[in-house]
Amino acid sequence: MSTLMSGARMLLECLAREGVDCIFGYPGGVTLPFYDVLYDHHIRHVLVRHEENAAFAAQGYARVTGKVGVCCATSGPGATNLTTGLVDALLDSIPIVAITGQVPTKLIGSDAFQEADTFGITRSCTKHNFLVKRLEDLGAAVHEAFYIAASGRPGPVLVDITKDVLQGQGHYQPVTSIHLPGYKVFTEGHTGQIRRAAQLIQESERPLVYSGGGIIAAGASAELREFVERNDLPTVNTLMGLGGLPSEHPNFISMPGMHGSYAANMAFSNCDLIVALGVRFDDRVTGRLAAFAPHAKVIHVDIDPAEIGKIRNPDVPIVGDVKRVLAKLNKLTSEEKPAPNEKLTAARRAWWHQIRQWKLEHPLQVSTSDTEIKPQHLMSEIDRLSGGRAIVTSDVGQHQMWAAQLIRFGEPRLWVNSGGLGSMGFGLPAAIGAQFARPDKLVFSLVGDGGFQMSIPELGTVASNGLPIKIIIMNNGYLGMVRQWQTLFYNNRLSAVELDNFPDAEKLAAAYGFKGKTIDKPWELASALEEAVREPGPYLLNVKVTPFENVYPMVPAGGAINEMVLGPPQPAAVPAK
Amino acid sequence: MLQIISLLLENKPGALMRVTGLLTQRGYNIESLTVARTLDPELSRMTIVVDVDASQRQQVIKQANKLINVLQATDLTETPAVVRELVLVRIKMPQETRTTVLKEAEIFGGRVVDSSTEGFAIEVTGDPEKLDEFVDVMRSYGEIDVTRSGALAIALDSKKLRLQPPVLTSAGQASRPVPSETA
Ligand SMILES: Cc1ncc(C[n+]2csc(CCOP(=O)(O)OP(=O)(O)O)c2C)c(N)n1
Ligand SMILES: [Mg+2]
Repeated sequence: MSTLMSGARMLLECLAREGVDCIFGYPGGVTLPFYDVLYDHHIRHVLVRHEENAAFAAQGYARVTGKVGVCCATSGPGATNLTTGLVDALLDSIPIVAITGQVPTKLIGSDAFQEADTFGITRSCTKHNFLVKRLEDLGAAVHEAFYIAASGRPGPVLVDITKDVLQGQGHYQPVTSIHLPGYKVFTEGHTGQIRRAAQLIQESERPLVYSGGGIIAAGASAELREFVERNDLPTVNTLMGLGGLPSEHPNFISMPGMHGSYAANMAFSNCDLIVALGVRFDDRVTGRLAAFAPHAKVIHVDIDPAEIGKIRNPDVPIVGDVKRVLAKLNKLTSEEKPAPNEKLTAARRAWWHQIRQWKLEHPLQVSTSDTEIKPQHLMSEIDRLSGGRAIVTSDVGQHQMWAAQLIRFGEPRLWVNSGGLGSMGFGLPAAIGAQFARPDKLVFSLVGDGGFQMSIPELGTVASNGLPIKIIIMNNGYLGMVRQWQTLFYNNRLSAVELDNFPDAEKLAAAYGFKGKTIDKPWELASALEEAVREPGPYLLNVKVTPFENVYPMVPAGGAINEMVLGPPQPAAVPAK
Repeated sequence: MLQIISLLLENKPGALMRVTGLLTQRGYNIESLTVARTLDPELSRMTIVVDVDASQRQQVIKQANKLINVLQATDLTETPAVVRELVLVRIKMPQETRTTVLKEAEIFGGRVVDSSTEGFAIEVTGDPEKLDEFVDVMRSYGEIDVTRSGALAIALDSKKLRLQPPVLTSAGQASRPVPSETA
């Protein structure tokens, strides 16, 4: 049966059929027909204050649920404003669908008002994109967009729709099947390779599981846990993979990489086998590649064939859905018990002993002070209140690294951050999306004083919707991460990193109609955070921390991962003004 | 090194842009690119020659295969394949060398497609390296203008084309009735 309806209505119908309950967007001239049908539809539209934040909010929604997040923008500037959020989703493999309006088909190519080549511009920002110029193509494009966004290696998909399509009248025929003959998704994993992997794992004396965002995307936490327990494997979770194995799990070491722990990085450098699960050997993890895990064989499982061998050639390549591959590995290892091997058992025991030793030698710094609030102290307090259960969305910078090091996550989809692109301004809008998706959850939005000032307009969205987000500003008065590099590698010549004139947080929050506060004494910290959490509505807590703390350990850019700088070379740096 | 890639892709708007965009984005230099419809008008065949590090060859193919409109990406660099290119040369030379130029063209299997008192336009097809030689020879006789088509290639053994079957969408089985907006 088919029904006559407008293109705009058809679009809405497709979204409803995809189970969309919430769209983050911003209207404009060419999307008017769509906003008109939204007016009395059950799908909720959240008016953000800038399109970039619509894409970030859609990501926040997607990252905490695993469902496709949806954002919407008008043609021209609306669409170009989305691009950072799209690239961000591309690099972190987050499923979102962006709907943009386009000028009427007749006007395309005429430099019409608010015309931009959205299709061309977003080619490299998306997993795939569509330009819909005929009403009869609309339904298929929208459903294909959702399918592509969510399947295989997830990612952002954009559908650009001309105004005449939105306005046109046509017959809606429900789309029941999707045919993309060239879209190859490999899920099963090669049985022979999986066997070889099981073999290597059983023979390894110093194995290490390197687990990343793919574990979260695949919903493979349970399989991962069974896998590491069954084989008693030490495990690191990357920045994107935090929560994949609970931080409290005895097999969890910590995050590796540029600001990873000493133990995690030393484990890489000394292991004889890496079991890489849903990771891409990012340069922020490996450091100088030639010196990365020189003694290790590599088993690499990823759903994207192009990731395998892109950076490091594996000994056992497995293209597949890491959830299914792990399930098969678990089955194999449960069926085939290896003959007891004393030498191997002793080697494994020594390996674990070594890892514990590294942890003890150089634990992550949790420094506190009697007079000032240390950034690490703030993270420990957030961790205490969260207890591994709250959602924490982070912005980008030093605070992000300390949070990743020190806040525990008891399950996947609690830690939300911009990993691959490192987009400042991500934290607050991501929290908005997360809180809409999970109204039941305590959501901390942890931001730097720099990134927060990129997101201030979204306080309006928070206020309008009464979202009980706890916005915690780690205020060090600087673009801290850049300041750290200037201090360490540019003779402390602090150039364009000082952030003075930070607004009064209490007044700022009050201007939006909610509570805010600034603190700078360590003894105020616990109670101020507790007050923020108790508050039924939004809360803006501005925490002034010591300005010149550096994040350690640190692998300098281009350095080998085991050549970490573990602490300050001399007494804390002072600005050379 | 030069890598020869044959792509079979859906003839959809933007498909060419996706391929060229991908190659530039990933830092591969395009030496030449040809594209035209296949027997099936919905599909195009593209031959691309890229200059890449030998270690990156597999990566180029994998990245191309990830494009949703690409049905098949094949590396023809080391597999049995025929590679051909067309060159059009316009040459101006003195009267007394006309017959020598014609003879030389013949050696390369060239065909004169236009002739005037000033000179010729000559067409040659062949292996791209042979064409380089032809162009060098012509240059020694006079003033030349050259247009080349870029390499075209076909594999000698056909590789099985694996296409994805249609998938059912849950969206199609939505429980809610379709509301009608207009009468
Ligand atoms: C959009 C954007 N611009 C610039 C940068 C470069 N950058 C990375 S961290 C950083 C400093 C962030 O400062 P702040 O938000 O105060 O966080 P802090 O490092 O002080 O915790 C900058 C400028 C970036 N990541 N994103
Ligand atoms: Mg700062």
